[in-house]
Amino acid sequence: MAKAIREVYGTVLAELGEKNSDIVVLDADLSGSTKSAIFGKAHPERFFNMGIAEANMVATASGLATTGKIPFVNTFTAFLSTLGLLAIRAQICYGNLNVKLGGAYCGTSAAFDGSSHHATEDIAIMRSLPNMTVLAPSDAESTRWVTQFAVEHQGPVYLRLSRDVYPDLYAPGTKFECGRGAIVREGSDVTVIACGLLVHKAIEAAEILAERGISVRVVDMYSIKPIDSELILKCAQETGAIVCAEEHNIYGGLGGAVSEVLAWGGASAVTEFVGIQDTFTESGPYSQLLKKYGLDAQGVIAGIEKVLARKK
Amino acid sequence: MSLTPERAAELRELCRKFRIDVLKAIHGIQSGHPGGSLSVCEILTLLYQERMNIDGKNPDDPDRDRLVLCKGHAAPMLYKNLIEKGFLPADSMDTLRRIDSLLQGHPSIHTPGVEMSTGPLGIGLSAAQGMAMGLKLSGSSARVYAILGDGELNEGTAWEAVMSAPKFKLSNLTAVVDYNRVQLDGTTDEIMPLGDLPAKWAAFNWNVIECDGHSLEELSEAFDAAEAYKEGPSVIIAHTVKGRGVSFMEGKAAWHGKAIPDEDLAAALKELEV
Ligand SMILES: Cc1ncc(C[n+]2csc(CCOP(=O)(O)OP(=O)(O)O)c2C)c(N)n1
Repeated sequence: MAKAIREVYGTVLAELGEKNSDIVVLDADLSGSTKSAIFGKAHPERFFNMGIAEANMVATASGLATTGKIPFVNTFTAFLSTLGLLAIRAQICYGNLNVKLGGAYCGTSAAFDGSSHHATEDIAIMRSLPNMTVLAPSDAESTRWVTQFAVEHQGPVYLRLSRDVYPDLYAPGTKFECGRGAIVREGSDVTVIACGLLVHKAIEAAEILAERGISVRVVDMYSIKPIDSELILKCAQETGAIVCAEEHNIYGGLGGAVSEVLAWGGASAVTEFVGIQDTFTESGPYSQLLKKYGLDAQGVIAGIEKVLARKK
Repeated sequence: MSLTPERAAELRELCRKFRIDVLKAIHGIQSGHPGGSLSVCEILTLLYQERMNIDGKNPDDPDRDRLVLCKGHAAPMLYKNLIEKGFLPADSMDTLRRIDSLLQGHPSIHTPGVEMSTGPLGIGLSAAQGMAMGLKLSGSSARVYAILGDGELNEGTAWEAVMSAPKFKLSNLTAVVDYNRVQLDGTTDEIMPLGDLPAKWAAFNWNVIECDGHSLEELSEAFDAAEAYKEGPSVIIAHTVKGRGVSFMEGKAAWHGKAIPDEDLAAALKELEV
C-alpha cells in the first residue's frame, strides 16, 4: 500500500485532537492543500484560518503556546521556513515554545508550481536553530508517529511533510524514537543514509545493484535533529562508504548533518552526496523533476558508484 | 488616451481568445490556476496591448513601462500577453509548466518580458515600489504597474508597501487590486475579511479609483485618472469575478487551482467560442 503523506498527517492530527483538547491548528489559506482542513472539520472551534499571512500565523502560535495550547501551524514550507522564520527563531526557538511546524509540500513535491514553491533549503534552516527538533517521515506509519511525537514532546518540532504518495515501509505499531534512525535494508559494501522520498529511491537502487553483486545498506534517518550519531558511525565503520540522499540542497541538510557526525567521530568512510546540486529548480511533472535533478534511483546509483570508486 | 469603440471591440476579442488559450494550456498540463487568470484578463490585456510603452524587440529599454504580476499564479494570462507583444515565441504556451520551459508555473525574472519573479504573495508591490523609486531617481517618465490579488492583501508586507509608497510620492506607481472576493480556501469574507478596502487604501494616502475590472472602457478611464494624479501613487480597486467568462467557474474558490477535466474544458470552450 501507499498513502499520501499529507492525508495521513491531516487525519492523524484530527484524531489526536479528539484526545487532546489543547491542540489548536492554524493554516494560512492552504488548508485544503496541507490537509489541516481535516482537523478544521472535526474541531472547528480549535482551527484558525489566518489568511495568507504566514508571519502573522507563526507569531500568533508563539502566543498561543504561552497559554498552554499546543499549536500546529501549517503552510507550504517554502513559505513557512522563510516568511515564518523570524518568529520561529526569535520567539519559538529562543523561548523553547511548544509550537509544532507542519512543513507541507517539502522538496520539489509542489512540482508544477516551480522553484518559488519548492523547499530545498528548509532542513538547513530548521536544523541550524537551537532547541528545534527536525523530523522527516518516509511513509504513513512514520508520519503517524512524528505527528504524535510532536504532541508529546515539549518544545519546537519541525515536520518535513510531502505532498506525494509514499509506499508503506513500516508495519503498524513499529517503535520509532527521536534521535534514532532505522536500517530498512541490510548491506555491507556501502550505506545510503536517506530521508523522506529518497529512502524509497535508495531501496530501489539497492535492489538494482544487488543484481550486480553490490550490497547496499539503507538507513532511514527520519530523525534529522537530534541525529543518530551512533548508527552513522557504525555504518561508516562496517561499510566504509556513505552516500547521503535527500530531496534538498546538498549543502546544510541531511548530508551536512551526517558529515558533521563523521568528522566529529573521526570516521574514515568515503562520502558522497545525492541531492540538489546547489541550484534552483523549475516547474515540471514530479517524476521528470526527480530525474532531472538526480533524485531518482538512477541518481542514487550514480552516487553509490562514485563512492565505491573512491573506496579502497 | 480614450479608447475608441473599434479598439475596445478588438481588445474584447483578444480577451476572448486569451481566455480560451489560457484554459487550453492549463488543461493541457493538468495543473495551474484558472480562476485568478480569468479574473485578471481585461486588466492585463488593456495594460499590455494598449497602454504600456513596451517593445518585445527592445526588452531592456531603460525607459520601458514595467508591470509586476504580484499575484504570480495568474502567470498564464501574463504569458499570453507577452506572446502577443512578441516577447515570447507563439508556440511557447504548449510548454507551460513543463520541464525546461521558459514558461514557469510562476513568473520568473529569467523569462523575457517578466520584470520580477513572483509566486510567493505579498512582496510584489514592494518590488514595484523599488522600480518606481529607481525610475524616478533616474528622471525616467516610465510608469510601474503592480497587479495584486485581494487575498494577497492578507499579507503584512503588502501593507508595508501601501504605507511607504505615498511617503516617497511615487506618482509613477499604479497598483491594481483584482478584487474578485475569493481566495484559495474560500471567499475573502470567510478567510480574512478585508473590510472597507477603498477606505483602507485612502487612509494610507493613496489616490483611490474604483471601477468594473472587466470593462475595458472603465479600466481605461481609471488608468487615465491614475496617470493624471501627480501627488503620489494611485490604486485601482477593480471589481472582478473570479473565473470570469466561464459560468461554472465564476465566483468559485474550488476553481482557484484546479486541473481542468476534459468535459469541463469542452463546456468552457463552448461558452467562450460563441
Ligand atoms: C506567501 C504565499 N502564501 C501562500 C501562497 C499560496 N497561494 C497561492 S494563490 C493563493 C490565493 C490567492 O488569492 P488572491 O490573492 O485573491 O488571488 P486570486 O483570487 O486573484 O487568484 C494562495 C493562498 C502563495 N503563493 N504565497
